[in-house]
Amino acid sequence: MIATATRPLLEVKDLCVDYLTDRGAVRAVDHVSLEVRKGEFLGIVGESGCGKSTLLFAIARLLTPPAEIASGDIWFEGNDLVSMTESELRHFRWKQYSVVMQSAMNALNPVMSIGEQLRDAFDAHQRLTGRQVEKRSEELMRIVGIDPVHLRSYPHQLSGGMRQRAMIAMALAFTPELVIMDEPTSALDVVAQRSLMLKIKQLQREFGFATIFVTHDMSLVSHFSDRLAVMYAGQVVEVGETRQVFADPKHPYTVGLMRSFPSITGALQPLSGIPGSPPDLARPPAGCRFHPRCPHVMPRCKVEEPDFYAREADLVRCFLFDA
Amino acid sequence: MAIRVVTDQAPIQAPTVTGRRGALGSVARGLTRNRKALAGLGVFGLFVLVAILAPVIAPYDPHALQFDQMLQPSRAHLLGTTGTGQDIFSQLLFGTRESLLIALGAGLGATLVSVIIGVSAAYMGGVPDHFLNLFTDFFLVLPTLPLMIIIGTYLNNRGLVVLIGVIVITGWSYGARQLRAQALSLRNREFLEAARVRGERSLYIIVFEILPNMTSLIVAIFFGAALYAVLAAAGLQFIGLGDPNSLSWGTMLYWAQANGALLAGSPVWVLAPGLCIAALGGAFALINYAFDEIGNPALRPVRRRK
Amino acid sequence: MLELPVRPQGAELIRTVGLTRHFRLGGFLSRRFLHAVDDIDLSIHEDEIVALVGESGSGKSTIARLIAMVYKPTAGEIYHRGRPLATVRSRREVLEYRGHVPMVFQDPYGSLSPVYRVSHGIMRALKLHRADLSRRGREEEAQRLLEAVGLVPAVDFLGKYPYQLSGGQRQRIGFAQALACRPELILADEPVSMLDVSVRIGVLNLMASLRRRERISFLYITHDIASARYVADRLVVMYAGQVAESGPVEDVLAHPKHPYTQLLLSAVPDPRAPVSLPATGEVQEPPRVIDPGEGCRFRARCPYAIDECSRVTPRLRLLRPAHDAACHVATSDLVAPAPTERTDKDASLR
Repeated sequence: MIATATRPLLEVKDLCVDYLTDRGAVRAVDHVSLEVRKGEFLGIVGESGCGKSTLLFAIARLLTPPAEIASGDIWFEGNDLVSMTESELRHFRWKQYSVVMQSAMNALNPVMSIGEQLRDAFDAHQRLTGRQVEKRSEELMRIVGIDPVHLRSYPHQLSGGMRQRAMIAMALAFTPELVIMDEPTSALDVVAQRSLMLKIKQLQREFGFATIFVTHDMSLVSHFSDRLAVMYAGQVVEVGETRQVFADPKHPYTVGLMRSFPSITGALQPLSGIPGSPPDLARPPAGCRFHPRCPHVMPRCKVEEPDFYAREADLVRCFLFDA
Repeated sequence: MAIRVVTDQAPIQAPTVTGRRGALGSVARGLTRNRKALAGLGVFGLFVLVAILAPVIAPYDPHALQFDQMLQPSRAHLLGTTGTGQDIFSQLLFGTRESLLIALGAGLGATLVSVIIGVSAAYMGGVPDHFLNLFTDFFLVLPTLPLMIIIGTYLNNRGLVVLIGVIVITGWSYGARQLRAQALSLRNREFLEAARVRGERSLYIIVFEILPNMTSLIVAIFFGAALYAVLAAAGLQFIGLGDPNSLSWGTMLYWAQANGALLAGSPVWVLAPGLCIAALGGAFALINYAFDEIGNPALRPVRRRK
Repeated sequence: MLELPVRPQGAELIRTVGLTRHFRLGGFLSRRFLHAVDDIDLSIHEDEIVALVGESGSGKSTIARLIAMVYKPTAGEIYHRGRPLATVRSRREVLEYRGHVPMVFQDPYGSLSPVYRVSHGIMRALKLHRADLSRRGREEEAQRLLEAVGLVPAVDFLGKYPYQLSGGQRQRIGFAQALACRPELILADEPVSMLDVSVRIGVLNLMASLRRRERISFLYITHDIASARYVADRLVVMYAGQVAESGPVEDVLAHPKHPYTQLLLSAVPDPRAPVSLPATGEVQEPPRVIDPGEGCRFRARCPYAIDECSRVTPRLRLLRPAHDAACHVATSDLVAPAPTERTDKDASLR
């Protein structure tokens, strides 16, 4: 499942994204570094305001003002995405990497049928005959589990789950190497959500594309992702193999987050969640950003920002692990 | 079902309807930050000052007839004299009072009717809404100028109240539509449901829960109505449907036209009130634009920071 | 929560019998009706938390609004301590009822008016429902209420505007408003769904503690079974406007009788449980129920559907102690033969 290629498919190095407000620049993503290998499923988990969606949009080069990439690099298959112009990016978009948004109703054109939108996507990126487009569209619909007859349907005629699948079909139109997904299941009910996750994982195994899956619900990705990155207040605080992170969470925030999910099996225990709330990114706390809410806070945490420390193939941004 | 997870902190983008001093406070804050608003308010403020201080500033009694007729502007008469020997400058200053009164009175009246009809329609919904809509649409499509002329001609009383009344009747429907739309969008907000479940009466909910959340729009509509009133009043008075014996910019235009001011070589008599009308109207329009910009950040002028 | 699973039940606060609510679709001459809820039999007692669980379109929010007297029932009755709500008509009586059964809403952003300080709703609620208090008394009570919901120092919070508070804090204000009426039962409509995960537990713990300390019952409406398990004593599962299953929460989770409940439980993401999902074909979502006929509404997705399921609408049957399900195929675990229909007099079985 994890390819042994030497160079990762995607490398994000020290990325910083700022929002320019009239109160000054607010840093939504602070020095984030990540890698994704070929065929790997990376989950990015965090609550609202942690910067995960901003990070995703930055990687896909879809940021609009007032947000902008302030510094850092994004290397995709050895190409520097940050310095590329729109026309250069067009070569990459959809063919090498594609994006699935949170809400299909916002991303799909309500006045065009699904088939027409697929055809639009094809026409924009490749020269195919009408017959080829038709064949490919039907194939894509079948792959995601929608009856091809719905190529003629409009988005509002499909159920929420089917719309999301249509979006995924579009994202896979050119069998890209990387598919970026921003909470594609959050607008769905629990059963449709589970069904869609299984489908995504199945497709990923079949076609071998890498995935970056952003969500606020840790348990959702627990069975599907190879590696997991936990974000808090614009920074990555823990990253490692999913099974490892779940079995033995290290960063106090990750621990707290895990303790916030009541379970339907096993003994009923009182949970405490995490007291307080995420900081205002316009005025982040000094030192470690989590220190005001941390049960293990030390004096050092209030003044110094911790670096990443390695512990059993995981990386943790916490002084507790500064061996 | 769209269960969105909401930020558990103050959002990064500046929130739109908030304020330290409540509804009016946030309106005031928004206006003072905006250049167009400041310009508009400045001009408006100037006219208000003039209206208040007219007796102090004006060199002569505006009705006094003792001067020579159709004089050109000079040091004695800054803007010259009228065809009946009155000082134009003094007339202009005193005329500001009535013109302002009409603008603000008719503006207020039209806004009041718009609010009552628009918000009630949205709140009641169903069949009453349907009929109020029909009613509003009816007035919306009536051609205003002919209607004003007809009403003005039929009514024997040419006083101020009638003038304001005519403007209100023809001017309320536009605002009512907008107010209804906003009230409808508010209607689904949970704090209104919360008020109802708390046990509040309908009237209380409309006045104390719905309206305060619409202050921005209501104030904007007021200025729009005032703008309409300025121009409508000027138009009506110009064609003689106002009271020719009253003193306002519009009646000055009427008399100027009746005396052939332009042909007789006294363009100032026409230009002075005309420019005042344009200036006051422009002030209201600027304030209106400012509200658009406050409400929709995409319209704001981009300030370059480097 | 951590109490014994079987406890003697207090007096009955709310009972619904055959509660039905339809909405007309289209203009006022249309003949098409959306069946939001059909034939609901539900009861809530003193000192208990009942969780109403269902996906979108299940009708759970509609039930809350029917009990809150926001909607009038199309058919059926709601009884409050034995008195039919249809007889509660005068303003004074309605106000009194609203004081007994207030509601907490889902959207922390939308449930507080942005133009007033957060004390506004609480003070209004006190003015309406606590006529016995003087102005000074109201101010003191408002502070006490904020402390009861964990917002300290109370004085600081009272003066703030909603935009200055976090989502979790806003929801607590919502609870304070409900508490101001000295309620018997709080209808909580998805109170934590729009909050961040780490904040939800705090609010759920608040509900549990309010129940313990102030002896207030809750109708907790949610789509999240795990949180329902965490706070509730009884679980009512809804599907497409009808009750599918109902019983003590641990029993329903351990022995789900309705195929929909089984499907729901298997779909809940749980890191500790293995992945599995019974095949359901292309249909993944509950239907929008417009002018349905007879028959079970789940049959299109049910792996066990038999002929009878398309002809006869299943009614709730007692299948385990205090635990019933509306399914033709579900088997009973009771030693003695179960009655085929529950009657109102069987209150002792619950």
